[in-house]
Amino acid sequence: MMALSVPTIFTLRVMRYMRVALALLLTLLLPAVSHAADWTIDQLMHSLAQTRSGRASFVETKSIAMLDKPVESSGELFYSAPDHLEKRTLKPKPELMTVDGDTLLLERGRQKYRLQLQAYPELAAFIGSIRGTLAGDRKALERNYRLSLDGSAAHWTLQLLPADEKMLAVIERILIAGEHDTVLSIAITQADGDSSVMRIEKLAQP
Amino acid sequence: MTTPRRACARSGRTAIALWLAFILVCGIIISRSQFTTDLSAFFPRSPTQEQQLLLDQVRDGLASRLILVGIEGADAATRARLAKQIAHRLRADPAFVSVNNGEPVSAERDHAYLFNNRYLLSPAVTPERFSMDGLHAALSDSIDLLASPAGLLVKSLLPRDPTGEMVQLLSHFNSDTHPPLAYGAWASRDGTRALLLMQTRASGSDTDAQQHAMLAIRQAFDRASSASAVTPAAKLLMTGPGVFSVTSRDTIKSQVSRLSIISIVLIAMLLLLVYRSFAALALGFLPVISGALAGVAAVSLGFGTVHGITLGFGTALIGEAVDYSIYLFVQSEQDSADQQNWIKRFWPTVRLGVLTSIFGFAALLLSGFPGLAQLGLYSITGLIAAATVTRFVLPHLLPANFRIHDVSSIGASLSRLVRHAAILRWPAVILLLAACAILAGNRTSLWNDKISSLSPVSPTDIALDASLRADMGAPDVRYLVVVSGASRESVLQSAEQVSAILQTQVDQGNLAAFESPSRYLPSLATQRARQASLPAAAVLETRLAQAVQGLPVRVQRFTPFLADVAAARSQPLLQAADLERTSMAMAVDALLIQQQDHWSALLPLTAPAGAEINANRIRAALNAMGLPNVLFVDMKAESDRLYSGYLHEAILLSLGGLVAIIGLLLFVLRSPLRVLRIIAPLAAAAITVTAGLALFGQQLIILHLVGLLLVVAVGSNYALFFDRPDHSPDHTISPRTLASMLFANLTTVAGFGLLAFSNVSILQAMGITVAPGAILSLIFAAIFARKSRA
Repeated sequence: MMALSVPTIFTLRVMRYMRVALALLLTLLLPAVSHAADWTIDQLMHSLAQTRSGRASFVETKSIAMLDKPVESSGELFYSAPDHLEKRTLKPKPELMTVDGDTLLLERGRQKYRLQLQAYPELAAFIGSIRGTLAGDRKALERNYRLSLDGSAAHWTLQLLPADEKMLAVIERILIAGEHDTVLSIAITQADGDSSVMRIEKLAQP
Repeated sequence: MTTPRRACARSGRTAIALWLAFILVCGIIISRSQFTTDLSAFFPRSPTQEQQLLLDQVRDGLASRLILVGIEGADAATRARLAKQIAHRLRADPAFVSVNNGEPVSAERDHAYLFNNRYLLSPAVTPERFSMDGLHAALSDSIDLLASPAGLLVKSLLPRDPTGEMVQLLSHFNSDTHPPLAYGAWASRDGTRALLLMQTRASGSDTDAQQHAMLAIRQAFDRASSASAVTPAAKLLMTGPGVFSVTSRDTIKSQVSRLSIISIVLIAMLLLLVYRSFAALALGFLPVISGALAGVAAVSLGFGTVHGITLGFGTALIGEAVDYSIYLFVQSEQDSADQQNWIKRFWPTVRLGVLTSIFGFAALLLSGFPGLAQLGLYSITGLIAAATVTRFVLPHLLPANFRIHDVSSIGASLSRLVRHAAILRWPAVILLLAACAILAGNRTSLWNDKISSLSPVSPTDIALDASLRADMGAPDVRYLVVVSGASRESVLQSAEQVSAILQTQVDQGNLAAFESPSRYLPSLATQRARQASLPAAAVLETRLAQAVQGLPVRVQRFTPFLADVAAARSQPLLQAADLERTSMAMAVDALLIQQQDHWSALLPLTAPAGAEINANRIRAALNAMGLPNVLFVDMKAESDRLYSGYLHEAILLSLGGLVAIIGLLLFVLRSPLRVLRIIAPLAAAAITVTAGLALFGQQLIILHLVGLLLVVAVGSNYALFFDRPDHSPDHTISPRTLASMLFANLTTVAGFGLLAFSNVSILQAMGITVAPGAILSLIFAAIFARKSRA
């Protein structure tokens, strides 16, 4: 998704995936032979992890039972490894959500809310699904979700199902779709039937 | 000869009887005395309004009741588990009002209080907000929020709270920063400590209660860490004003008892060496004991309580009070008739020495710093008692065959030294000039201008406190707005008016935030006004139906809202008791203070990130409002002012003491030249000592200055003996007198020198000044003594 910038920093995390990297190298050398069966979660995670930072625009549609029609919002996303995430909503109302480590800061006009994600496990799981995917951090994702992957490198869908009951009471399923190392959409279905779909389009680094 | 001797014996018996009665009375007074080691010795006696506030905060304020706890060592998971177990145990302990470690123990109650009372608490509740337009605006704002990332958190609230009052309230309460969580409990940002914040029920000045609280924390920690035995490495850290009181009390107690014992043993050994007589030793201590008892009793009567620091200082005075009996024993010839002779020949000089000391100390009595005033009273009473007992009681107690070891050989060698002391005049002058140069070079950094320099708390403890405080994200409150009034309601109303001004300052970016008790407990008037803003059910229903026009919601969704508003219109107004068992009770408790029939509300201000608060701007904004009883307090400036006031006063008092001593000498000796000759060596000693302190990088605090005053008071005795014109026809000082002065000097140096090893900064400052000062004044007195004509 946001930012395809070729890996510049060879991080320790990447070191852990050395073996996978070797495998990936082989698939890159033989692109013609690659097919769905080769496309594993580890490979996906590895290629996602290559993205150290990126910028993208988003359009999010939320269907909320309480509201008669879906609400649409749009703006920009900014991510920088390993745990900085910014969601800058421009429409319908300017709003900025910044997540750094465990702290979430929400600014709406003059109002500022600072939350510790640990104190809001549902919110933490939400943020974790997005951040974990962008970082290609399988371990972090598997702390909250059971993962399954569909499709090929060219067009994949990662499904996240909450691992524990408490989370299941809030989130039913998260579907993340993408191409190669780019995330294209995040669809969240909540346990109460409300849902949201965020479509993401990569922007050039400023 | 018979009649005077019988008269003498009779007067002796009377003196002894009076003395015994006096000792008895002192003993009774002391047995009923209160002893304290808290910080009250550092508080002014007649504070200004701002200082009073500062002191109240230090003594009883919320800040004084906080104990910060850190757990180090082991691993993060273990630390968090220990913190949770400690918190769990202590939450059941009535000694603690609250125990916070990041676990959401009161979150539910907090939430319930805010949500159930949102229409009385939210500042957004006005008649306009419940008009058709107001409702429309509030609703569309809530719908926007629903679409935002925070929507998840507010979704369930919408049917009951479509105007978003809860969000309004939460936005105010989330502004404070808490430490991050690790394994579900607070941890320092660097992840090396688990943190807890506790509030004791007892005030910080209740040292016994604070000690119990510390003990309870320690036991809870021991129990939690021993339960699993895997955590031998975990370490408990505690800090806070109450902890400081407890540790300084322990320090002062152990110091005072250790110093007194060492001091007595040291001086006793010294005297035994000189006297070679146990009887003389025991008798020699009688004036000291009398002086000490009289001093403590006088302080108790004069101040109500006796501070531990005064007792610590008292140990030093042992070395000074013992001088009088040394003079009596050593200067007297070897028979009892000669004691009468001593009284005739030497007593006037000793008396003058006592008087100069008293004049010096008397200046301290006037100090607004109770610690100093106590020292002054103690010294004056102690010295008078010791000298009086030496003069009127001791001679009658001496056995007929009383004899001490002959010290004339020591005296003779001293005499030889003194005869040649004048050779050192020029080197002494050069030393003095060098000292003056050092003082001139260091004049800007000579004084320590921090009030903390007086604190008996060790720098290590202060560093730990700063580090735990930083971990907790609890910076010291520097700026406060204080509103006072006759009732809770009136201060809450004023606090609301001040809050409005402060909110404008927040909006303009001049402040990051402020706190007010009225936020958690609005005044009854405001609650009533908010209640009156809520429309009747039928009216609200109609307006709501119009308000949802054009919004993607149906009015039917908000039936719970209509019911809640109807209930809020007739709900009883909030009282302080409604806050109980919420975390906001602690805030209100801290910010709303009742003293008899006087109430005050505190509104602490937070500076914008990376900037200072412009005190003048805030002060001007508050003044423009024209509210009476509103005070803007800069705590740091106040405490600095308090200290510089003390320092200024101490300088004036010391100079006053010096002038009083000079005046006394002029009056008694009636010769400016002789006075100059007496004062010169003392001034030289004071200058040299100060330069020495500066040279060793010791910054001067008030107590160094008091020490210098003591150098002058003590040293005046030596100078007076050297100056006595009637030593002998050739103006040489008698060997016996010289020997007595050396012994007196040694005991004084021993007494004060010990204080120099104390780790209570004020005692140490006094010791490090007086001990070298006393030696130097003896040496300078010898060097600058009138040249013998021999």
